[in-house]
Amino acid sequence: MVERTPILNFFTHLILFAGFVFCVAPFVIVAIAASHNLKDVNDVPMSLLPGSDFWVNIKTAWTTADLGPKLLNSFIMAFGVAAGKVIISALTAFSIVYFRYPGRMLIFWLIFITLMLPLEVRIVPTYAVVTNVLEPYQTIMDLTGLSWLIEKISGVQVQLSLGLLNSYSGLILPLIATATGTFLYRQFFLTVPDELTEAARMDGAGALRFFVDILLPLSRNNMAALGTIMFLWAWNQYLWPLLITTDQSHAMAVTELKQLIPNVGGAPEWHIAMAGTLIVMLPPMIVVVLMQRWFVRGLIATEK
Amino acid sequence: MASITIRSVKKNYAKTQVVHGVDLDFASGEFVVILGPSGCGKSTLLRMIAGLEEISDGTIAIDGKVVNKLEPRERGCAMVFQNYALYPHMSVAQNIGYSLKVAGVPAAERTQRIQAVARVLELEHLLDRKPMALSGGQRQRVAMGRAMIREPKVFLFDEPLSNLDAKLRVQMRSEIRKLHRRLNATSVFVTHDQVEAMTLADRLVVINGGRVEQVGTPAEVYGRPASRFVATFVGAPAMNMLEGTVTLDGISLLGGSRKLNVSRAGLAVSSKVAVGVRPEAVRMVAPGTPGALAATVDLIEELGAGRVIYVDLDGAPFSVVTSEAVHPEPGSTIGLQFAESDLHFFSSEAGGRLEVFKASVPEPALQG
Amino acid sequence: MEKRVTFGRWTIGILFAVPQLILIFTFFYWPAGQAVYWSLTLQQPWGGGNIWVGLDNFRSILANADYWNSITASMIFAGISTGLAMIIALVLAALTDRQLAGSWLYRVVLIWPYGIAAPALALAFRFILAPEAGFMAVVNKVWPGFWDPGLDGTDAMASVIIAFSWKYVGYNFIFFLAALQAIPRSLIEAAAMDGSGVIRRFWDIQFPLITPTIFFLLVINITESFQDSFGIVDIMTAGGPANATNLMVYKIYSDGFKGLDYSGAAAQSIILMLLIIALTIVQFRFIERRVHYR
Repeated sequence: MVERTPILNFFTHLILFAGFVFCVAPFVIVAIAASHNLKDVNDVPMSLLPGSDFWVNIKTAWTTADLGPKLLNSFIMAFGVAAGKVIISALTAFSIVYFRYPGRMLIFWLIFITLMLPLEVRIVPTYAVVTNVLEPYQTIMDLTGLSWLIEKISGVQVQLSLGLLNSYSGLILPLIATATGTFLYRQFFLTVPDELTEAARMDGAGALRFFVDILLPLSRNNMAALGTIMFLWAWNQYLWPLLITTDQSHAMAVTELKQLIPNVGGAPEWHIAMAGTLIVMLPPMIVVVLMQRWFVRGLIATEK
Repeated sequence: MASITIRSVKKNYAKTQVVHGVDLDFASGEFVVILGPSGCGKSTLLRMIAGLEEISDGTIAIDGKVVNKLEPRERGCAMVFQNYALYPHMSVAQNIGYSLKVAGVPAAERTQRIQAVARVLELEHLLDRKPMALSGGQRQRVAMGRAMIREPKVFLFDEPLSNLDAKLRVQMRSEIRKLHRRLNATSVFVTHDQVEAMTLADRLVVINGGRVEQVGTPAEVYGRPASRFVATFVGAPAMNMLEGTVTLDGISLLGGSRKLNVSRAGLAVSSKVAVGVRPEAVRMVAPGTPGALAATVDLIEELGAGRVIYVDLDGAPFSVVTSEAVHPEPGSTIGLQFAESDLHFFSSEAGGRLEVFKASVPEPALQG
Repeated sequence: MEKRVTFGRWTIGILFAVPQLILIFTFFYWPAGQAVYWSLTLQQPWGGGNIWVGLDNFRSILANADYWNSITASMIFAGISTGLAMIIALVLAALTDRQLAGSWLYRVVLIWPYGIAAPALALAFRFILAPEAGFMAVVNKVWPGFWDPGLDGTDAMASVIIAFSWKYVGYNFIFFLAALQAIPRSLIEAAAMDGSGVIRRFWDIQFPLITPTIFFLLVINITESFQDSFGIVDIMTAGGPANATNLMVYKIYSDGFKGLDYSGAAAQSIILMLLIIALTIVQFRFIERRVHYR
């Protein structure tokens, strides 16, 4: 910047440092609280010197909320969503950018509209669909008379039913059904020089070959960015897993946090709650820190 | 080695037509340069040969076989692109060998052929590099190698030198020529640079506005331009053009102040013609020399070996190229002379060449 | 923007889009349509099918004081948390953009909170802001009864707002910083040559140039405050006390899944959808204007 006056610089540093503290303090407090015992954590004011019970608390939180399998579930789901997004969005974007076919713009807009309405606002009917994913198709067949026809011809009554509650597919698929990644790829594909496509065609590569050999390798950065964003987004999902996983064996780490809230009337076990919070926070934090570059890039790119 | 036959080929984009019925024949092993200003349809024509662009009407045949409906890979053409279009994530070797990989050539044979091509292009030490790590000239060579490795019947070049700096362009020009002599495959080279066109071509095709203006050897195109467009487009600085009117006994120039004693050979009196003379054909003489035209010097461009003198000839801009060590002052008056045999005549409306004037009149053509 | 070069065999092209289309049909369009259907019908007890009731569901919701309370709470929440998160982020971004020594640290650290799951940070803040154990307990010792989010609706709302703002400061910061850094240095230097000071330059040059980003973030923050608030509310206050933090999505969840009133929840979803669509349309109008700006 142009000016370098000491007073201006002093205030700049002061305010930025305040912002830094504002961001970091909650992490520090959680970590310190997680190291205290029951008495110390409830001291007013709580000591900001770390206590000695950190590992004990972590272990207690881990077993109380059964975090081992839950973290694994979270990981499977987050990874599934990220991978699904990265692949399916790339396929769709390839279709709408590199081909001309009737109804292409319709497909474009159908996908685009999904950006508008997040899962949370259509949670009730989406939940109903997951109880039987084939219900839409059953209804369509009933309404068009197709089921009647099939029953007449084959004597088999059409009863499509496939419940996805308490399953990974039920958790993952609805979270993939939005356009976020599609437009990220689309923007990128539009910047790939046409000559590259032409060169590939001159080299004898067809559409699929071009997609696999040229386009996907070129999209590596976008895949990393999208994958990072989607992993975090899925890991941090709360409402959807809460509804879909009624069965404990499929519960997620994030939804298990609720088990750690100290009950009214019970012992205020904040040290255990904070230890659990720390465990659940850690994986996304690691991803953010390690993948910061992709994360920031993905953030900016997916929203535009 | 293959001949190319183009018959009344047209190209439309939605409502605009960019190529208007082109007929051309390229012989086997010939090096043809298609020259024209940007947007004239020359690249479109090349891309139609390549199969990258749909042919709206007419036919293109390679070796007598109509290829209109064939995919690029089935036509036996290879192409060098303007910005090289190297795959940025592949090494030089992978770039060169990609078409073989697609065609399912076994890895061992592929490596061997890549090596062979790399040897010819002196790329052997660069095979593991990515395109990003190459200089412009090296990238150009890789693009050539990618085209060569398939041993295509036809080489297509889409302004491949326009991204290089001037010195490298001259060097690559001669390398392409040498390579052609060696491989002897039919080559079609598109450019808007007339020096490039003149130096490379066996035969030159000049295109303007989606139509062929002239086909011929570089010497023919330069010496006997078929139209006013070709005359001004080929050659630098451009041919001088003076507007004239046909009179009973010749052509009146420069608003009637000059007269050209040529037979009007069937042209209607008072119809308009354009009279052209190349700057290289104009001689500078002392002002007041009998028969010379008087002109005022505007600007001198020093070229080292010679100079271009821009003058004002009764209000019309005019240029002279001279290698003599003359340095007239801007604003001073000089005399200009040129031989009748160096004049070119074009119809003012259609722009076509008029041969009728030439033979009849002896020198000196111009009367002061 | 369109590609000039495409592949000819478009039947193959459509196949590439099929997986996505099946997904969005099954999990987006069908449920969205279902929501409309349910909002216009009433489910019979003991599975007697749905009967058509027209707009009755909407009428009864809009006549319900609890629903209006929820809308008011959502608006207050959206307004204050968005304002806080954006202003703090803008100040920090503008200062980081001065590129003093150490500014890389802020660029790295300030985004961390955004990576945290809403429920996790909610639990952290529930502790930090707890009236009897955390840090507000110190304040309560000085002024007894000053702070109790468990009993006082305003305190509860304040807690939720703090937690949400904390998360979104980092998010907004990233976008503001990117926008500020996209402004050509020469423009700022030209303004400095014209004799304008730091503050002046910010208001005259930088602020007008980042208005598109400000507007974009405004819409995103408001939309996120509708959806991402669920985890925070569920962990920190469960909508209480006395419905003070019963935000719209939370109410849809509790009416639909706890109260099993699908029709009412569907009608509420439709209203929320319309609200978000309206916001998105406003955003698009603005983006069109932005095109002229550049």
